[in-house]
Amino acid sequence: MEYTHNDYKKGQPRWCPGCGDHFFLNSLHKALAEMGVAPHNIAVISGIGCSSRLPHYMATYGMNTIHGRAAAIATGVKLANPDLTVWQISGDGDGLAIGGNHFIHVNRRNVNLNMVILNNRIYGLTKGQYSPTSPRGFVSKSSPYGTVEEPFRPAELCLGSRGQFFARTVATDVPHTVEVLKAAQAHKGTSVTEVLQNCVIFNGSAYDAVLQKEGREKNAIYVRHGEKLVFGPNREYGLVQQGFGLRIVEIGKNGYTLDDVLVHDAHCEDGTLQLKLALMGNGDGFPVALGVIRDVQMPTYDEAVADQIEEVKAKKPYHNFQELLETNDIWEVK
Amino acid sequence: MTQQPLNPNLSSLAYDSNTMADQIEVPEIDTVVVRFSGDSGDGMQLAGNIFSTVSATAGNSISTFPDYPADIRAPQGSLTGVSGFQVHVGADIVYTPGDECDVLVCMNAAALKTQYVHAKPNATIIIDTDSFGPRDLEKAAFKTPDYLEEMGIDPDRVIACTLTTMVKHCLEDTGMDNKSILKCRNMFALGLVCWLFDRDLNVVFNYLHEKFAKKPAVAEANIRVVQAGYDYGHNTHCSANNVHRIESKHKVPGRYMDITGNKATAYGFIAAAEKAGLKLYLGSYPITPATDVLHELAKHKSLGVTTVQCEDEIAGCASAVGASFAGALGITSTSGPGLCLKSEAINLAVMMELPLVVLDVQRGGPATGLPTKSEQGDLLQALFGRNGESPLPVLAATSPSDCFDAAYEACKMAVEHMTPVILLTDGFVANGSGAFRLPDLSQYPDIRPPYVPEELRGQWTPYMRTADGSRYWAVPGREGFAHILGGLEKDSRTGVISTDPENHQLMTNLRAQKVAGIPVPDLEVQGDKDDAELLIVGFGGTFGHLHEAMDILRAEGRKVALAHFRHINPLPRNTAEVLLRYPKVVVAEQNMGQLAAWLRMKVDGFCPVQYNEVKGQPLKVAGMVASFAAILNN
Repeated sequence: MEYTHNDYKKGQPRWCPGCGDHFFLNSLHKALAEMGVAPHNIAVISGIGCSSRLPHYMATYGMNTIHGRAAAIATGVKLANPDLTVWQISGDGDGLAIGGNHFIHVNRRNVNLNMVILNNRIYGLTKGQYSPTSPRGFVSKSSPYGTVEEPFRPAELCLGSRGQFFARTVATDVPHTVEVLKAAQAHKGTSVTEVLQNCVIFNGSAYDAVLQKEGREKNAIYVRHGEKLVFGPNREYGLVQQGFGLRIVEIGKNGYTLDDVLVHDAHCEDGTLQLKLALMGNGDGFPVALGVIRDVQMPTYDEAVADQIEEVKAKKPYHNFQELLETNDIWEVK
Repeated sequence: MTQQPLNPNLSSLAYDSNTMADQIEVPEIDTVVVRFSGDSGDGMQLAGNIFSTVSATAGNSISTFPDYPADIRAPQGSLTGVSGFQVHVGADIVYTPGDECDVLVCMNAAALKTQYVHAKPNATIIIDTDSFGPRDLEKAAFKTPDYLEEMGIDPDRVIACTLTTMVKHCLEDTGMDNKSILKCRNMFALGLVCWLFDRDLNVVFNYLHEKFAKKPAVAEANIRVVQAGYDYGHNTHCSANNVHRIESKHKVPGRYMDITGNKATAYGFIAAAEKAGLKLYLGSYPITPATDVLHELAKHKSLGVTTVQCEDEIAGCASAVGASFAGALGITSTSGPGLCLKSEAINLAVMMELPLVVLDVQRGGPATGLPTKSEQGDLLQALFGRNGESPLPVLAATSPSDCFDAAYEACKMAVEHMTPVILLTDGFVANGSGAFRLPDLSQYPDIRPPYVPEELRGQWTPYMRTADGSRYWAVPGREGFAHILGGLEKDSRTGVISTDPENHQLMTNLRAQKVAGIPVPDLEVQGDKDDAELLIVGFGGTFGHLHEAMDILRAEGRKVALAHFRHINPLPRNTAEVLLRYPKVVVAEQNMGQLAAWLRMKVDGFCPVQYNEVKGQPLKVAGMVASFAAILNN
């Protein structure tokens, strides 16, 4: 059956005008329609926060649950009903602060579900406190003199917890977000997609460098598996490996040719270079990497659980409760 | 079921090791309490378990109580490292593992020092003199070499043997190393106790063959030592054969097994899921004393059981809520500290009206408290430990085997009424065991999930209700019933987020009415229900102890009745009528008065006397009898 993005739409979103959540929601509707997943076979699970309102605007099954627990709840959904396509929508607070423990463990287990971190580096719903992704020194209502702590970098946390899929996109770039979400859905196992977006009210310039198309040409690099890591308005720059790190070179200058430029390998099990790509940007002179940075196929938890049940079923002689009783030491009183 | 008063001459049952051989006729005995104690590495739990199984196999009634330390391995021979296992064997029904023991096995000096307090004044004490050397006595904080005198124990009541030496001799030709040989000491004690009570060693041998099926040499060594212990008893008391037979008087025909409370709980969950036609999902995190439920369920993948050892207690509960949303029977198991962490996710299930069973195996609190000891301190937490108006059913199992029925019923309530249910057991009930008559699942009531009927297609909204006020269950994957649930208040008609004042009041009322309307059986009164001067009231795992206290008082001619709660919320319909019927009422519980507080809240004019004890140990029957007699005399 064919679906259009309207088949996934419900209600009137109540986010602030201009919020990245609007863009992301549209992208998700489109991606699901293009993938052709039936709405009734989708469960969208969120926690608490602005972005966690998203399930209410989906014509699918879903839950807008409690703060930080979406990953754990989504794990239960997937294990109970593995035929469902499960999406988990969180913000940087919900997913990485209060929900940090579940975030790392879902990645470690590799449950086949899609986690989205809508990262605006601020707490919006509680009206403007710093988040675990706010940069050091960030001034907010709860840090009037600037924060004195280091932020998480979601990619680092994802790969550090054995995550096998990490992608990054910018909410305002709908076509790219659709492309990335489709890749996330196609990946078997936990996928983490970090969506960069400003909070128009409390953190309006978080990603100014890449929010608009012109900025991205200068400040971002689109990475695709099997393609050269080149960027720039005229694709004149490339990334090469130098020593333990990466280096930007201008192609055709200083003896560098296109042949010297790294080819992106998202499927490489060793995530060292993927992580280097993922951590670029933020004032280090490197562009921000957008696209599927890591996409490695590993056994998924839900399949392993189901397989083990089948294996044990084949081995053990008891398959219902009465038969289970008979496996005990029994005596008879007459 | 009729109750026999306890044998008033119980104390005469403990025999005297020096005179026994001289006695010609010793009557059969009704009950005996044996306590095995030793270092936590001495295998006392195994010896106790085997003795219980052997006795149960002989048709006796049993009740057991493992009493082990919180440390995995405290320093060897130290006072904190003593592990005990008490079993009460009866010809008639036994309700408790017994206050004090008739036979105390002490594998070392520390065991004697710490466990003697659990022995009757004239109990028989079995000691391994090889473990009572100067170093052992020092570690056990004895001040003099004459430890018996120091503790005021009459040497005539002591069977002192060089147990370790005899075990070494017994196995010296096996080529086993010293460490492995010493591991068999518990079997000598077991053999000796089996001789004392004329137990069938073949049952022991079968047990050991099965337990060590993969290590036949270990099985053979253990069997040799059991036989040696038995023979030692036989040889030193040769004419005393058959005198301690415990015949079974109270026989309900049927097939039985020995079961612990935790295992019975796990079985109840399995049975209920099967009856309801639901996948069983357990999200859990290891915590004493509840972990055995996770262990038990993890074994039974051949029944399709899914268990996930989650990253924390929160995820255990949250993932179970997710599983229920997706159409499974979501269960989470824990103890008090874990229940604290699960509160928020339980409340989510209250709000979303999804089935969820939360098992709380209570232990001593607050905080980490007494992890291996028993208490009933979580009652009010179960009832009220969540934000907002958050009613949910609470049940409490009354014995190890009752855990099966209680777990089954908790699942039935959760599924049919779309609500989280808290099932309370406790460390005593969970680790204790009793004979369990194999249930016939076909005789258990059906469990019918309230799936949205097909005729509501097109008009259904998530908070439409069945005739008994339950929300319908629309399982994801079903076309035409896609919906969003959540923790925010919803409009009763449309199911969309609502902060409307009237709607919140209405939804609050509907959630309360749903739980209040769940049918539960009437409160049963046992004993002198027509003319009792004193009504004993309790709940959950203290049932056996309260029943025994009542039996003793009635045997003394007092008019006493017992009303024991299994359903805490909703309370049985006749609660007020029963509680206000008798001139005096005592609420006895293993906390500082939580049931009494709940009943006072629910029953106008209810003013009970309270009997409260939080010592981590089961309530002492003797203490209650004295206290209740005083209330009667007052």
